[in-house]
Parts: sequence; structure tokens; C-alpha cells
Amino acid sequence: MNEVLIYAVGSLGAIGIVAAVILFFVAQKFKVYEDPRIDEVEEALPSANCGGCGYAGCRAFAEGMVKAGNMEGFNCPVGGADVMQQVASILGLVADVTEPMIAVIRCNGSLLNSPKKVEYDGIATCASASVLYAGDGGCSFGCLGLADCVVSCDFDAIHMNPETGLPEVNNNCTACGACVKACPRDIIELRNVGKKERRIFVSCINEEKGAPAKKNCTVACIGCSKCFNVCPFEAIEMKNNRAYIDYDKCKLCRKCVPVCPTDAIHEINFPLKKLIVKEEKAVETSAETVSAKTPATEKQDEVNKTEES
Amino acid sequence: MQTFKLGGVHPPENKLSAEEVVETLALPKQVIVPLGQHLGAPATAVVNRGDEVKVGQLIAKSSGFISANIHSPVSGKVFKIDDVYDASGFRKPSIIINVAGDEWLESIDRSEDICADIKLNQKEIVDKLNEMGIVGLGGAAFPSYVKLMVPDGKKVDYLLINGVECEPYLTSDHRLMMEKGEEMLIGATILMKGLNTNKAMIGIENNKPDAIEHLTRLATKYKGISVHSLKVKYPQGGEKQLIKALTGREVPSGKLPLEVGCVVNNVGTAFAVYEAVQKNKPLFERVVTITGKSIKKPSNFLVRIGTPIKELIEAANGIPENTGKIISGGPMMGKAVLNDDIPVVKGTSGILLMPDTEAKRREINTCIRCSKCVSVCPMGLEPFLLSKASMLAKFDIVEKELVMDCIECGSCSYTCPSNIPLLDYIRLGKNKVGQIIRNRNQK
Repeated sequence: MNEVLIYAVGSLGAIGIVAAVILFFVAQKFKVYEDPRIDEVEEALPSANCGGCGYAGCRAFAEGMVKAGNMEGFNCPVGGADVMQQVASILGLVADVTEPMIAVIRCNGSLLNSPKKVEYDGIATCASASVLYAGDGGCSFGCLGLADCVVSCDFDAIHMNPETGLPEVNNNCTACGACVKACPRDIIELRNVGKKERRIFVSCINEEKGAPAKKNCTVACIGCSKCFNVCPFEAIEMKNNRAYIDYDKCKLCRKCVPVCPTDAIHEINFPLKKLIVKEEKAVETSAETVSAKTPATEKQDEVNKTEES
Repeated sequence: MQTFKLGGVHPPENKLSAEEVVETLALPKQVIVPLGQHLGAPATAVVNRGDEVKVGQLIAKSSGFISANIHSPVSGKVFKIDDVYDASGFRKPSIIINVAGDEWLESIDRSEDICADIKLNQKEIVDKLNEMGIVGLGGAAFPSYVKLMVPDGKKVDYLLINGVECEPYLTSDHRLMMEKGEEMLIGATILMKGLNTNKAMIGIENNKPDAIEHLTRLATKYKGISVHSLKVKYPQGGEKQLIKALTGREVPSGKLPLEVGCVVNNVGTAFAVYEAVQKNKPLFERVVTITGKSIKKPSNFLVRIGTPIKELIEAANGIPENTGKIISGGPMMGKAVLNDDIPVVKGTSGILLMPDTEAKRREINTCIRCSKCVSVCPMGLEPFLLSKASMLAKFDIVEKELVMDCIECGSCSYTCPSNIPLLDYIRLGKNKVGQIIRNRNQK
């Protein structure tokens, strides 16, 4: 009995030692050198593997960065500046400073603002609906509300609001850009988070002329250029019957918000109390500057709006 | 009995208006003439707001090789040129004309006499069809003159005339064959001359025995034209299926019918060709079936292009209360439209009002791997695989599985016992793969 055990253990042990020696020499012979910093950098990255950096996963990004030897153009949107600083200290480089970004939905064609005109009963993806028809509110630029962006999000950062029928972005957003690619209508845009997370943007991308745009949606940008005229920083661009606010030039002065006749310009995270006071002032000044062109009814509308808010 | 071999289904025929003689619809007050009624580049408007136009006057010019002229269907004043919703569900540029009187261009021969004598030569025929804006009236609206321009080295053996009308409900081609058979055969002879061939075959499904008999009798007078009775099977009206059924030849994947020496034209097109060449009349009216199970008077109307479909529905005694969908085309390949202001275009073969009980989609269940969709696919594809791959956005697989060969006939969705919207996904995949291929070719 004992003999059997000793033979078995002895022979297996001998095989093990021989195999170990062979493996040792083989490993020496075929060793692939890999920069140890790749592992370190990968460790520091958030392992989301979202592809937001433009590389196929976090390891590929780390490899790319170590090989390039500089950090120009490399940015992990998920980790943000903190992670990039950490990576920079590992590599002994200077991080490319980028402002944090967030996804913004540039459509406000909710069920109330752009009531349903037809019923769509095809497959429930925006990709399919966008090639088949203009949209159930009639706007061929607006949100289709079938949640392709929600499906594409890996971070639980975008959800449909059942009341409005529109997606909403929360603070989980890492600006990886998956939703931007998923939206067949290019409604979602990555904009900078802004000072104190305050943002101003035009929540409409309709390129139709004012009358048909307004017919389908009460909050459409009608391309009237009022915001363009009032902006002191030349941050607003008028193109294809719509306004676009360049977030790099915008100083968040909010002069454009009250002059918009259709409420298409949105401001986010501004204090509410201050807003009312400021807006009243703004209305006065803007009414003065554009009074020659503005019909009395529109001025009245704007006053009403301030009262409501 | 001749038919195509692979796949196919046989939906209930419901040819409710087969016995209804074609009536001329009263002129509407206003017509909306979209500039992109045909396959290819939209035409360019050559009239301006406020211009007076006559019936048959050129109002939009062809803007490329694959494009077509558009002529005014009515006389009156151009009200405006604006974007209007068309059957695609999107706003497209259109010419809107307010109708006043019915004054035709003098060059158009309005007599009922049949002119059998073809005076034009081959090149003149091609130019005439281009000038008169003739497009295929079967549904795809492909400019007809392009089909007659046979490249060097290719020879056309057969002209096939498509009188199959395999779509359920639709009867416009059937009525045209019954009432304008003589003219249609002359049109076919013109096309034969244009293609430089001496053989033509007319394919008609055997659910139209009266049309087969009528045309067989008439065709004895015309050299080279034979009438063939085909077994009823959807989608026999598809170009490639008809070629297979009539000649036994198979068009290779991704190739045109010309590859196997065939050119297919619809009976409606043959009639339009007759009118263009012999009567100098541009394509500005067509026969449209208005039908549906609850509609009071299913009928066939001769309609001016641009007439809003609500006029047609009015003429068929109004819209039934239980209407769930208005479909432009037949139930298999037609498209639900947004409202009843959509205009009739060159490719509109029928308007179908579906009752809400039938218009609803049934509950979707999981795939049970019965492979029915594979056995009915007339192109020999695997619809379950294509739709699943599109669903998962694996467009490389979709392309490799030859999605571009899909003719979108809908047989797979029709036959699926689990009610899976196979064609919806396949169409999505086809659209994406089309984009991918276009991008690749641009590089």
C-alpha cells in the first residue's frame, strides 16, 4: 500500500519537475516583452470598456497611450480629468486637459408640445421608424421616442420620461458618445458640462422654415434670429433656419433665453429665484431693443411667460 | 401550369373590384404633384408660382440619367411650390396647382381611334418615352426609357409584359387589359421595336381567365406576342419571379434582368407607351383601384396624377367608420399613409382601406424554428437569420447573407406563425447595408 503511494507521488513529482524545467526554458525563449506600464495604466482606468475614447476597450486605450508616448488627443470620458491626471503621473507625462462633457437632448417635442398625429405600429426602434416616416408628431427632425439611445447606454444615464415621451440624461453620463451614434436623427449632442453644471442650448434641430416647424411643434426653433441679434459674444450661429449655440463661446449670460419667442432655448441648473429677477430685466431690455420689429402680442406673451415662471 | 419554383405564398385574393369598369374621376379643385415620383433623382421644377399651365405641359424637367419629366395633369394656375407630405411619410417638394377648366395642349391627340401604325424608329421611341415622362407603372416607377437603352454586347431575347397583378385586392391592371387590350398590345409592339426584339410574352395569372381569353384572341393579330397563363402565386409579379416563370431563366444575384436577355414592363406601362408614342400624350393620369372590405363601392378610376386620395375615397362613397389604415398599394407591399391628403403619384396602383380588425399587428411570439419563412422566400434567402442579425446590428452578416437580393415582398412576415415582423427588421438591415455599401464605394 505504502509502496504504491510513494511510487505515484514520486513519479508525478518527477514529471512535474521535468515539465517545470522545460516550461521555464520555453518561457525564457519565447518571452514577449510588454511594457509594465500598460498594466498599471489599465488598472487606473475605469474598466468600462465603453469605447468612448475611440479605442476597443480600456486595454487597447492604455496600449495606445503608452506606445504613443504622449497624451495628446487621449481622453477617457468616463474617468474624466482625475483619471487622466493619475494616468499622466504613471507615465510621467502631462495630461491633455479636456473639459468634462455631457450628452444633451436637443428636442423638446414632448407629447404636449408636439401632439401625436399618427400611430406607429412597426418595430419599436428609432432606426426603423426614422427611415419609414417623419415621426408621430409630424416633425421629421424631432425625437421619435422609441428609446434607441436608452438601449445604447452602458451607464444607466439616459431614461425615457413617460410623461413627455422624451429621453432625459442624468449625472451618470460619462459622455462616451454611444447615444449620439445610436440616434438616427442626430438629436443628441455632447456639450461641455459648464460652470456649476450650468448649460444653455437650443433644444431643437428643425431645419424647416418657421411656419411648418411651428405647425408641428409649439417649441420649435423658427429661425427668427432674435437670439443671434441679442448675443453679445457672437456665440450663436444661424444656419438652415435654426440657431446653434457654440458652447465654447457662450458665457452663460442668458440674454438669449427670454427673447426666444418659442421657448426653444433651454437653460439648466440656473438658480430659480435669480432667474425671475434677471429675466424681467432681460425682457425689458430685449423688448426695447427689438420693439420696432416685435408685435405687441409677442411682448405680452413674454410677460406672461415670466409671470408663469 | 407555369410558375416560379422557389417559395411563394397564396394570400386570399379579394379582387373585389374586378368587374368594375374603369370610370373617369371628376377633376379635383387642387392637385399636388410631387417632384420625386419616380426612382432616381427628383425632377427640377420649370414653372413658377402664378404661372398658367395647360394639361400635358411640362412642369418639371428630368434632372439626371435616372429621372423623369413631369407634366401638368390639369389646367390652371400654379398656386405654390412647397414641401408636402407624400406617401413616404416625409415632406417632399411638390408643385401645387389650382384647377381651372380642362384645357389640353393641342399636340395631344384626344380621339378614341386606335393607331396601329408605328412611325417612329428605335431611337425616336426612346427619346419620346423620355420626353413624355413614362415610368414603370407596376409600383417601383423606374424610368422606362432607361430600360430601352440596351448596352452594347447585350441582346434582348424576350420582352415580358407583366399582367400578373399578384397583389391581393388590386384590379387596375386587370381592368386595363380588359378595356384597353388592343392599345396595350400596340404599346408592347412599340417596346419590342424599341428593344429590337421580335418576341414578347404576356404573363397573366389564371385567376383572370377573362383577361387571358380576351388578350389571347387579340394577340393573334400581333406578330411575336404570346399570352401565357400562370398559376396563382404571390409574388409572381416580381420581375425576377416573372422571368423564371415565363422563360425558366434565373437572374444572378445582384444583376439586372438584361443579364439573361429579358426586359420586363407592366401592362400599365405598355398602355402609357402607346399613348405617349401614338397619341403624343404625356403620363399624367393612371388607373387606380380603390378598394377594401368595408368600402361601399370598390371601384377602378382613371385619375389625374396629384389628385388627393380623399377624392378617390369620396367617389367610392366615403371612408368607412371602422377603417384602421389607409394603404397606398396592395396589402402585401403597400405602405400605410399618414392621412388622406396624400396625392396619387405615377406609382400608385391602388388605395386600400383596411378595417381596424385586420390592420392591427398580432402578438409577437418567439421563433419556433419551423423554417416556414425559408420555404416561402422567393429569393431563396433565410429571413429568420437576416432579421435576427439586423436586430443585433450584425450588419456584416446581413450583407454576407445577401440582404440586397431581398425584394421586400413580405411573404416571410405573412407566413410566420409567431407573427414576428421579419420584413421590418430585414428592411432595416437592407437600409443599413445599403448605406455601408454606398460609403465603401465612395472611398
